[in-house]
Amino acid sequence: MTSPDYRAVFLEELCRIAPDIDPETVGDNDHIQDDLELDSMDILNLVTALSERLGIDIPEKDYPAISTVKSAADYLSRQGA
Amino acid sequence: MIRDSEMPLPGASSGAGVPATQADTSSEVWAEAQRFIDGWKGGINIAHEALDRHVAAGHGGDLAIRWLGKNGTRRDLLYADLLAEANRFANVLTDHGLHPGDKVFVMAGRVPEIYAAALGTLKAGLVFTPLFSAFGPEPVRTRMEIGGANVLVTTEGIYRRKVAAWAHEIETLKLVLILGDTAPEGCVALGPALAAASPAFDTVATRPEDPALIHFTSGTTGKPKGAVHVHNAVLYHAYSGRKALGLEPGVKYWCTADPGWVTGTSYGIISPLVNRATMLIDEAEFDLERWYSTVQDERVEVWYSAPTAIRMMMREGAEVAKPFDFSSLRFLASVGEPLNPEAVVWSEKVFGQPFHDNWWQTETGGIMIANQPGMEVKPGSMGKPLPGITAGIVERVDGAVRELGPGEIGELALRPGWPSMMRAYLHEQARYDKCFVDGWYLSGDLAMRDADGYFWFVGRADDLIKSSGHLIGPFEVESALIEHDAVAEAGVIGVPDETAGEVVKAYITLNPGFDPSEALERDIRGHARKKLGPAVAPREVVFRKTLPKTRSGKIMRRLLKARELGLPEGDISTLETDET
Repeated sequence: MTSPDYRAVFLEELCRIAPDIDPETVGDNDHIQDDLELDSMDILNLVTALSERLGIDIPEKDYPAISTVKSAADYLSRQGA
Repeated sequence: MIRDSEMPLPGASSGAGVPATQADTSSEVWAEAQRFIDGWKGGINIAHEALDRHVAAGHGGDLAIRWLGKNGTRRDLLYADLLAEANRFANVLTDHGLHPGDKVFVMAGRVPEIYAAALGTLKAGLVFTPLFSAFGPEPVRTRMEIGGANVLVTTEGIYRRKVAAWAHEIETLKLVLILGDTAPEGCVALGPALAAASPAFDTVATRPEDPALIHFTSGTTGKPKGAVHVHNAVLYHAYSGRKALGLEPGVKYWCTADPGWVTGTSYGIISPLVNRATMLIDEAEFDLERWYSTVQDERVEVWYSAPTAIRMMMREGAEVAKPFDFSSLRFLASVGEPLNPEAVVWSEKVFGQPFHDNWWQTETGGIMIANQPGMEVKPGSMGKPLPGITAGIVERVDGAVRELGPGEIGELALRPGWPSMMRAYLHEQARYDKCFVDGWYLSGDLAMRDADGYFWFVGRADDLIKSSGHLIGPFEVESALIEHDAVAEAGVIGVPDETAGEVVKAYITLNPGFDPSEALERDIRGHARKKLGPAVAPREVVFRKTLPKTRSGKIMRRLLKARELGLPEGDISTLETDET
């Protein structure tokens, strides 16, 4: 089984929770709270969606690791490996 | 005490029958509370009480603010520093030709400048209005229009994204101050302006009933309401901070509420400074380990937070908290919505202190009912009224109210007259008058008082939504939704959520030519988020063919909610068209 494209999965779930974001314009290093304006409820929903879809548990202490598309893709591929 | 005839007193202009005098005990309490403040030039000014008098009394070297930046930076402001900054801000306002009574709106994250801006505004006799920085452009514009904003203080990013497109249409707006060293065309950079301004300013001799603060709060119908508070409110800010939170000189205090809301102003700026406490301010959003480290490393003694944050702590479990030393904590309090009994019990186990729930509203300006220091906490209860506050449970009967006995559920009501009571809803006398019936201020909250005098929250008497402690008016959300091309009608309610208390859910019908689809659902939610911001926009949108409506065409949110919750539908005699 090939591993999922974590970057695409993250971006997809991000834009499902915050459909005001245009995936085309999201930069790899945009901060999901500071730049993309997600609030704390959005983050919780995002974590839940990622966990359900990927079966990866993301504890609160790791939230900073998913704060940009790039760091999230790295983090998820490490955890999913 | 001086009374200003310009601002109506509670119910003064209505025939609503507000009592002419308070109970003697209340007036004695307020007379006693007078010792917490000094007064200024025969009147009273909140900023003088918060800053000048402490510095004059030799406390300029006391720490007023310890600010923790998002990225690990840290800044200490002594009382003398904060006073100088506030003075500079006051000078910037007057140098730009602004006058006492003009309205200053502030919308930014938790940075030191906004605290100086709030206090400088009050020093100059202008009126301070905070706006939540996560609001989208529509809530911002509506509030600036209603409030007649003359000045906006914000960041360049917020200005460009949310304000620039329509700023020129706000006729009252004279000055936009941008935090930092540069500003877009037509705005003024605050950094250089402050640096050039004098650090000395003679505080304006405001009168007790002069307006000081306007806090916006949502209505069930119609536009948001601007609750006006006066300088004399500081008497109650000082008093309630002592009584309900244990604030006193030198106490290390952390209020996690954002200054964009009333808690973050009354107890995140005014009350701690008036009581000469040391305020901890964290620029960052909730982050569990950061919060625990902050309490430990800064030796926080009094911690005022909110149920949503406490529930997020609980989600991660007591284990995560174990490595931290919480021995500095003396008093924990919570506000915004009822704190679940489990959270009270959990916090006592984890922090060695229970979170003490308390209750108040934008309109009350300060804490009314609380599990007070030294009082036995009843988990799940909001506590008892503070000395000087008379609360009751009432029911409305034919334009009058009847007080109910212990154990009966009714509307939570207060006898008006405490110093921080709102004095008006801006330009909305009729809506204001409606809050007062038969000598009571009616809160819109349903509650019960037990035989021991503790009050218990039951629910809202209206359709307002409480999400993460913020009051959201369904009308404002519905109005934004129907601006979307596809949306014909919208009914918005709050549905229970484990973490946020309630989250916003929208029921919509579509215009001809549009069909329900996941893509459309997303597009509509995206539209709402752009207009309203994430805190206010619906988290869920569902499609219906028709919505339940009354004969007069009003959407019955109550019915949507009862069905959502699987509750009895109650009286549906006015139902004309049902939901399909």
